[in-house]
Amino acid sequence: MPLLEVDDIKTYYGNIQALKSISLTVEEGEIVTLIGSNGAGKSTTLRSISGLTPPRSGSIKFMGEEIAGTPAQEIVAKGIAQSPEGRKCFQRMTVRENLDLGAYLRSDKAEMASDMDRIFDLFPRLKEREKQKAGTMSGGEQQMLAIGRALMAKPKLLLLDEPSMGIAPILVDRIYETITEINKQGMTILLVEQNANYGLGVSDRAYVLETGSVALADDSASLRENPDVQKAYLGT
Amino acid sequence: MAIASPAQSTPQPKRYSLEGGIPPKVSKALFLALAVFAIVLPFLMDPISSFLSDIIIALAFVIMALGLNVVVGFAGLLDLGYVAFFAIGAYAVGWFASGFFVDANVHIAVSGFVLNLPGIHANFLIVLVVSMVLCMIGGVLIGLPTLRLRGDYIAIVTLAFGEIIRVFAVNGDQISLPFGDAKLTAGRQGITPVDQVQLPFLDQFTQLNLRPWYWLVLALVFITLFVVIRLRDSRLGRAWIAIREDEVAAASMGVPLVKTKLAAYAVGAAIGGVSGAFQASYLNTVNADQFAFSFSIFVLAMIILGGLGSVWGVVFGALLLSFINSYLIPDVLRTVPEKVGLDFELTDLGFGIFGFLLLIVMVLRPEGLLPEKRRQIELTEGVGTGESTFEVNK
Repeated sequence: MPLLEVDDIKTYYGNIQALKSISLTVEEGEIVTLIGSNGAGKSTTLRSISGLTPPRSGSIKFMGEEIAGTPAQEIVAKGIAQSPEGRKCFQRMTVRENLDLGAYLRSDKAEMASDMDRIFDLFPRLKEREKQKAGTMSGGEQQMLAIGRALMAKPKLLLLDEPSMGIAPILVDRIYETITEINKQGMTILLVEQNANYGLGVSDRAYVLETGSVALADDSASLRENPDVQKAYLGT
Repeated sequence: MAIASPAQSTPQPKRYSLEGGIPPKVSKALFLALAVFAIVLPFLMDPISSFLSDIIIALAFVIMALGLNVVVGFAGLLDLGYVAFFAIGAYAVGWFASGFFVDANVHIAVSGFVLNLPGIHANFLIVLVVSMVLCMIGGVLIGLPTLRLRGDYIAIVTLAFGEIIRVFAVNGDQISLPFGDAKLTAGRQGITPVDQVQLPFLDQFTQLNLRPWYWLVLALVFITLFVVIRLRDSRLGRAWIAIREDEVAAASMGVPLVKTKLAAYAVGAAIGGVSGAFQASYLNTVNADQFAFSFSIFVLAMIILGGLGSVWGVVFGALLLSFINSYLIPDVLRTVPEKVGLDFELTDLGFGIFGFLLLIVMVLRPEGLLPEKRRQIELTEGVGTGESTFEVNK
């Protein structure tokens, strides 16, 4: 049984249909990437899964349980945490306060403290800036914080929305190394990435989205060799 | 009220610390000194002096402002109809602690001559609880339609809510209730008199001895302060601030938006109801003309002046504006226009003066007089809320 099974979801913003039909699966332990151009529905797919914009029809099964239409906070409680598009760190709160809020639904204090230490190991930069306001940090540091904050929810599935957006290339490399590292420690990750080079480089499998539907689905390695993908997304 | 313990591993709880970096020990001592001074203050003045009365009104406004601050300052929901809860709290007194319902003959935990009067006469503490419950219901009712709205749109809906309550209060004398000749309100005539408060350990509450009134409102201020500070530092408080800072991010963290926002409305409303019930008893009337839109603006001006979200700033702002309104303008500066050869009442210019003050503060100290730490930092270090201000749907 796949950890996450999305079947034919259709999502709307008001009357505008953003997802025509998206189906995908994520197996435990995988990194799966969604690539596609602007407006293809990548972020909407994540928002549908995390409950921020519930789908109007279709099914989303997480560990075999239907979660489509469940309120966002209950989905977090079930084990899906998201680093939202544009990072959305709490600008006026410190790094530590941001991480604390990531664990909003948890009450196991001792474990929270050790999880925080683990996140500081993954992102030493965050440890250095523990008491600094998130809004005073660079985009890359805020992305690290957003990922760390999502990890504080102790998820079984981590949703990452465009971790490379608006970040200095050198920091993107650092962040992708860390994503690999988090995955190696056992975290299943569903990644949205406009930069297909990074997205396909890090993942096991990938889906190519076009105007709200899945255009292609394959192993990331095969997709990198696919001439259409190369032409449209890899810029080679 | 659920006061969850702060579930944070941070080793620096910020309880009772004044915003602005004063060490907790100093601020605690400062707070204790102020509290003692506040308690003995009425012995220093005549028990019927009008200045003591101004202080009592100012403290009632402190409670109001602390309540509105929960909604606007903590949770970031701009509420322009807060007067509604003043009205509901006041009517709780009008309905359940006066002779308004003449056909009824109910007396609960009261003594003395009111026992001989018709109407519903419940003890003030009971009325206080009733007013809080009514206001919480009202708060949730106004909260529900605003849940899907943001920013200015919330302000418009709440403004309308305040007006609806006012119109009901004004025209309530035409609305018959299903028992006897009872009406909903007494409209502009007002429900007068209402019962004097009766409490153990305190002298009789009369207009000739204001000290018991003072200690009552002071106790209510302390309780409100305690509740508000505990809430701010609780899990719920952190959720309010998270929503204020970034709603989408808060939802992604598992903060339940609906419950958290409704809790803010309910708590803010209940605190407003406490102040409304007190003021109705103290002013000895419940009159529809008291519930004007300008009242909401007046309370909002207090918390903006003092510093949105900052508990001590709000206390300061409420005291300051209330004193300007009820003491400085009508008593101290009243003769100024006359002296410079102008013929008008300075009190007519009240709102002009507040507007001017607010403008000066916004220019010189936009974060308020005693700002919340977060806002202070935003304005001095140039931290904006950045992209989060805009919702970009892709």
